[in-house]
Amino acid sequence: MGTNIFMRRASSSYNIQSVSSVFASCCNFSRTLSTSVSAEVKVGGTLVSQEENGGTKSMNLFTAINQALYIALDTDPRSYIFGEDVGFGGVFRCTTGLADRFGKNRVFNTPLCEQGIVGFGIGLAAMGNLAIAEIQFADYIYPAFDQIVNEAAKFRYRSGNQFNCGGLTIRAPYGAVGHGGHYHSQSPEAFFCHVPGIKVVIPRSPKEAKGLLLSSIRDPNPVVFFEPKWLYRLAVEEVPVDDFMLPLSEAEVIREGSDITLVGWGAQLSIMEQACADAEKDGISCELIDLKTLIPWDKETVEASVRKTGRLLISHEAPVTGGFGAEISASIVERCFMRLEAPVARVCGLDTPFPLVFEPFYMPTKNKILDAIKSTVNY
Amino acid sequence: MGLLRVLSQTTTKHRLNAVSVLGKFRIAQSFHRSESTARPLEGSYSSSDVDDEHDDFQALDFPGGKVSFVSQLKFIPEASGSRVPCYRVLDDHGCAISGSRFHQLEKEIAVKMYRDMVTLEIMDTIFYEVQRQGRISFYLTSTGEEAVAIGSAAALSPDDVIFPQYREPGVLLWRGFSLQEFTNQLFGNKEDYGKGRQMPIHYGSRELNYVTISSPLATQLPQAVGAAYSLKMDNKNACTVAYMGDGSSSEGDFHAALNFAAVMEAPVLFICRNNGWAISTHVSEQFRSDGVVVKGQAYGIQSIRVDGNDALAVYSAIKEAREMVVGEQKPVLVEVMTYRVSHHSTSDDSTKYRHVDEIEHWNKTRSPIPRFRKWIEGNGWWSDQDESDLRSTMRKQLMQTLQEAGKMEKPDLATLFTDVYHHVPSNLKEQETSLKETIKNHPKDYPK
Repeated sequence: MGTNIFMRRASSSYNIQSVSSVFASCCNFSRTLSTSVSAEVKVGGTLVSQEENGGTKSMNLFTAINQALYIALDTDPRSYIFGEDVGFGGVFRCTTGLADRFGKNRVFNTPLCEQGIVGFGIGLAAMGNLAIAEIQFADYIYPAFDQIVNEAAKFRYRSGNQFNCGGLTIRAPYGAVGHGGHYHSQSPEAFFCHVPGIKVVIPRSPKEAKGLLLSSIRDPNPVVFFEPKWLYRLAVEEVPVDDFMLPLSEAEVIREGSDITLVGWGAQLSIMEQACADAEKDGISCELIDLKTLIPWDKETVEASVRKTGRLLISHEAPVTGGFGAEISASIVERCFMRLEAPVARVCGLDTPFPLVFEPFYMPTKNKILDAIKSTVNY
Repeated sequence: MGLLRVLSQTTTKHRLNAVSVLGKFRIAQSFHRSESTARPLEGSYSSSDVDDEHDDFQALDFPGGKVSFVSQLKFIPEASGSRVPCYRVLDDHGCAISGSRFHQLEKEIAVKMYRDMVTLEIMDTIFYEVQRQGRISFYLTSTGEEAVAIGSAAALSPDDVIFPQYREPGVLLWRGFSLQEFTNQLFGNKEDYGKGRQMPIHYGSRELNYVTISSPLATQLPQAVGAAYSLKMDNKNACTVAYMGDGSSSEGDFHAALNFAAVMEAPVLFICRNNGWAISTHVSEQFRSDGVVVKGQAYGIQSIRVDGNDALAVYSAIKEAREMVVGEQKPVLVEVMTYRVSHHSTSDDSTKYRHVDEIEHWNKTRSPIPRFRKWIEGNGWWSDQDESDLRSTMRKQLMQTLQEAGKMEKPDLATLFTDVYHHVPSNLKEQETSLKETIKNHPKDYPK
């Protein structure tokens, strides 16, 4: 993708300090069942520092999302935000204050009906608007699956480019949260990665969330944007206060290393970062890549890294079978077969429904990753 | 059982008012409903018995608005006593029924409506045959339903955005889609706006505000609501028009769309062609309600049932409905009663599941085309000569377009990969290169 439209991107190169600070805040509240919930609450009230620091502000992920939405509404009068309970600010507070500022015609509640929300959004986008739809939890996106897969994804193609719904962005909180059980924890990204015509984007931190969400909203293709809800309050980072965008379909090497490549996205990166740090103590140098956009994905960055390290590990919360890790694994084996020194490792969720009391057992935890790093390197 | 009525009231003042106004009603002494303080009353209760002035103490102060109380334990029946009647203007002989109220048609419009209905009939006859000859893969006719599409299209503004199902090519025809444009789509040739990507009859035209058809049913309905909301926000003097069949009314998207449209006061006109059959599923297997028209009220939408084989009734009802939609900025639901004389499509043989007599009855005695012809003839606007001229001209033109369309090349292979996204991503570029290599190695595997 051309970089000219990303003029206000805060930094063209990776800022390791910035990302480390995000992970530091996550790591303090590592995902163990016993501590995460209370930590979340304790931290929740004081996440946004009022101090500005060189055009940036320390803020949590939901506030960064809120800022991106504010900017989207402010910079384009033909932009709309809608979904269940978004009018009062949303159940995760991402739309706080927006209806007051931009009016109820542009930020509004819808009836409780996901297929209606997405169908409505497609029609709105087809008329040349930016339609930003919220699905309250990714677990509830399935009633809208037909509208996303058969309609949004094919709208441009089937009309021979006479019509498109590229202005549509579907936001949905995804992933584990420590106490969500079957229906408040799912990571359904792989379903949507099988659908040519849409993009799937998942940010790992507040700054990434803001820049990637603005890019997704303004991208001329429909985008499904999954937000790591565990990080809404936990992850805090310096985020540029201005309007800025981060490129889609560009992965980022967020930690350089020489022995093994780790690929992940969203909230899982903080866990992988911990595993990388522990592996380093054992003298293993890990390279960590944030894929950011799952389709169309940046194969080249992953390939270049694996050519260097000769080993690959993929980790995601979604069940391992048919997960997007399988696609990455197959693609990299196709491209780097002769260079690989060990089988590609996948550390993912189990092939069970997302459990409640057994969540710590289900999750692709730091030590599962660490073990896989060691066995892959020692293969 | 005798009617028990208890008024729950706390203040004396109100109690006195209630006594004076409602007279015969027994006022309860207790704040709570109590059998001992209630007495049977004569006659039956109706909401009109309640004086508005006093509904503050006779009503449940619910967030969605006050709901009056009644002590009678009575369920709403599943249907009202009689079926919702069907608005019609022309009788079976094409004569305007005396006393009927309708929008007078100018000669020019009426003649174009008739010409387009006949053209649609000829298109259907010829294209169906072309499919049978194996020159196109699929076709689906509007036979018996010509008045629905043409009558409604004539009543709309060209600025109104159409979200069609698949049996409304008449709307496109009315708006000026040429025979050649239809034929190009059916052949999926280089000139097809859809670039040969969809099955025949999946037309679309940006220029004519006709959103490209997709096969899944009812998906267009919530989209029409979103588009209507955009027109509303832009203060446009236009609405969206969403067509569907009776089968589509069972889809979740139908519910979503009507509910969203009502709640958001979106200027969308829903037109349901109830043609009796969803492929082989009879309407009695589709819903237990009195068709689709009654569903409007449940969503808070005004609705009307119209004789869909009466072009003048369709025109008048849609004209009026469209004025309400745009003027009041609210949705309207129109159920158009018609009959699918044709098979569902060229892949269907409907005699397997319905009587030939039924089809013949509708085809012979209820066909909308001769009915409307009698009316325009009665007005002195149409003659036998006009009729034979039109039919022979249209046949010739169609034959010519078929020849043209058949000769035209298929779309360029590159269009297989474009328009998936706004720009072609790298994975598709790779796949294109790889496919070209395969074609080079195995040219006989692929059509020219």
